[in-house]
Amino acid sequence: MTETWTDGNSIGGTLSDVFSVDMTAATGRCAGCGNTGPLAEGRVFSHSPGLVLRCPACGKALLRLARAPGRAWLDVRGLEYIELAAPQ
Amino acid sequence: MARAAVLGRLTWLVGQLAVVREESATARTLVLDVPGWAGHLPGQHVDVRLTAEDGYSTERSYSIASAPGGTRIELTIQRLDDGEVSPYLTEVLSPGNPLELRGPIGGYFAWHPGDPRPVLLIGGGSGVVPLMAMARTRAATGSTAPMRLIYSTRSPATLLYAAELQRLAPSGTGLGIDIVYTREAPDGWAGQVGRLDAPRLLGLAGSPAAGQQHFICGPTGFVENAARLLVDQGIEARQIRTERFGPSGGTP
Repeated sequence: MTETWTDGNSIGGTLSDVFSVDMTAATGRCAGCGNTGPLAEGRVFSHSPGLVLRCPACGKALLRLARAPGRAWLDVRGLEYIELAAPQ
Repeated sequence: MARAAVLGRLTWLVGQLAVVREESATARTLVLDVPGWAGHLPGQHVDVRLTAEDGYSTERSYSIASAPGGTRIELTIQRLDDGEVSPYLTEVLSPGNPLELRGPIGGYFAWHPGDPRPVLLIGGGSGVVPLMAMARTRAATGSTAPMRLIYSTRSPATLLYAAELQRLAPSGTGLGIDIVYTREAPDGWAGQVGRLDAPRLLGLAGSPAAGQQHFICGPTGFVENAARLLVDQGIEARQIRTERFGPSGGTP
């Protein structure tokens, strides 16, 4: 039993390169199964050149992020919506 | 308090290692002075970046072990023998050396010291580190929130913060600490030895108090198991916050 994945807490720093608010506490709805929960509880696989955040319920890729020097590619097709804290 | 806990745009800062404390044969605490540190909540972490002379750089996340206080933070690093970063941090980095980091990161796995609700903390291995920050913050702020820490570790040799754990939790403070030894207990240990399971959890923590909040941190398998035990007790998922380090614990 080797779980090689971590969870969405671990990508809070990386996502702060792209988003201006904390994304670990943001809530997302899976476009596959409808599971709705904090991104921190998603499963993170980061062995590939980019990282993938997967739905903890159905495994669908919620968010993919690839980086190169000075650029980022973000795919959030797996998220129907994201609810996040916004400055007043 | 920690403005950066809400506003996530973070810049890389350069800290300086002030003091090193040995915690076990394979773990040590780095006490860092970080000019520009915005403050943090217990449970949050930092990203540490190492850059080689040829420009190759790599990042790892480490939980903050200390209660908030000025621009000084503490990280407890568990050395992983096949690690790329932790051997440098535990064996090479010396007082006076700079260390690049950004944080605080993560508003989800964080305890707010003004929250009066009872809280149960369950940590496996170095997963105790962010939970220790919560226990330290509770003591430092005079919080009266009932808090219990269940800390699972392999043996007395791998136990972190041994002396301080005893100091922090005398009777009557509202903070309870239980150690679970999974492989080997100290001489004269009256408790069981073995992994946390449903009867042991119930024996240590009792039935969940009304409104109780839960934080679980450790290797992925440990966290999955502990979270399942809580859900089986009827605790709602939204009252359980988890943080997983990966296969064996050390780096999130």
